[in-house]
Amino acid sequence: MKATVFVTVKENVLDPQGKAVQGALHSMGFDEVGEVRIGKYMELNLDTNDALVAEERVRTMCEKLLANTVIEDYRFELKGE
Amino acid sequence: MNVAVLVFPGSNCDIDCYKAVEHTIRQPVEYVWHQATDLSKFDLILVPGGFSYGDYLRCGAIARFSPVMEEVRKAAEAGKYVLGICNGFQILLESGLLPGAMRRNNSLKFKCAPTTLEVANNDTAFTRDYAAGEKIQIPIAHGEGNYYCDDETLARLEANRQIVFRYSGENPNGSVADIAGITNERGNVLGMMPHPERAVDTLLGSSDGKRMFTSVLTAWRGTAHGAATAGR
Repeated sequence: MKATVFVTVKENVLDPQGKAVQGALHSMGFDEVGEVRIGKYMELNLDTNDALVAEERVRTMCEKLLANTVIEDYRFELKGE
Repeated sequence: MNVAVLVFPGSNCDIDCYKAVEHTIRQPVEYVWHQATDLSKFDLILVPGGFSYGDYLRCGAIARFSPVMEEVRKAAEAGKYVLGICNGFQILLESGLLPGAMRRNNSLKFKCAPTTLEVANNDTAFTRDYAAGEKIQIPIAHGEGNYYCDDETLARLEANRQIVFRYSGENPNGSVADIAGITNERGNVLGMMPHPERAVDTLLGSSDGKRMFTSVLTAWRGTAHGAATAGR
């Protein structure tokens, strides 16, 4: 299976990179842009096709390493091959 | 007092830490590779600055799983002194030895400059040679030193006097409550973004970092273990 993992800064935590990109977009005339959040995108190839097992494993990976849950949220999608 | 300077792939302030110990307190000091599995002989463990594992994923996120960090956890539990500087602070946060997390500087710029700190708590093993509220000059050098914790954690840090250093005047990174350095509840683990090891001689622009090292030595000598082996 393949897991795609998205890690973003929590809603209530200031995201300095997002703020800078928002400022740049505004100065370019894209005034319709509200808040911008920047995050990380990761692709993991897993050697299992058991969705339940994969979900449990990827969640543990996120909690332990891929996200710092003090300041970041994560979500992931699983796709069979 | 035996001092360990941990070395991770990408550490680059390890030599400065080693030299600072030699220069300020002249105690036995050794480099310890991150795969070491025994820190039992050390009384003070320095987790130096740098870019452990290239800062990939997040600063300190990968270093936190190095075998030596399990030993650092045991040493901290045993009441030994642990001082994490810059990337070392980030590693201690990632490993949960200290509360909170680091974000990019609010300016998004890497800041490398002398900063003025206020000694917010001089009643710790690391700061007893400073006066309460004293202003000291210690340089910073980081791109991710914007300390964050939630309100509840901040209230706890304040109530327990765990905030040891605050930026005085301009806050260079946007950290919560101008925090530059904190301890754990017990006070034997300190993490800070500024580099005391780069301020141990007026030739370096400031010697205000020196007293952090002398403080720990004095604290260690005051413990039962230190008294039993004093005079080495």
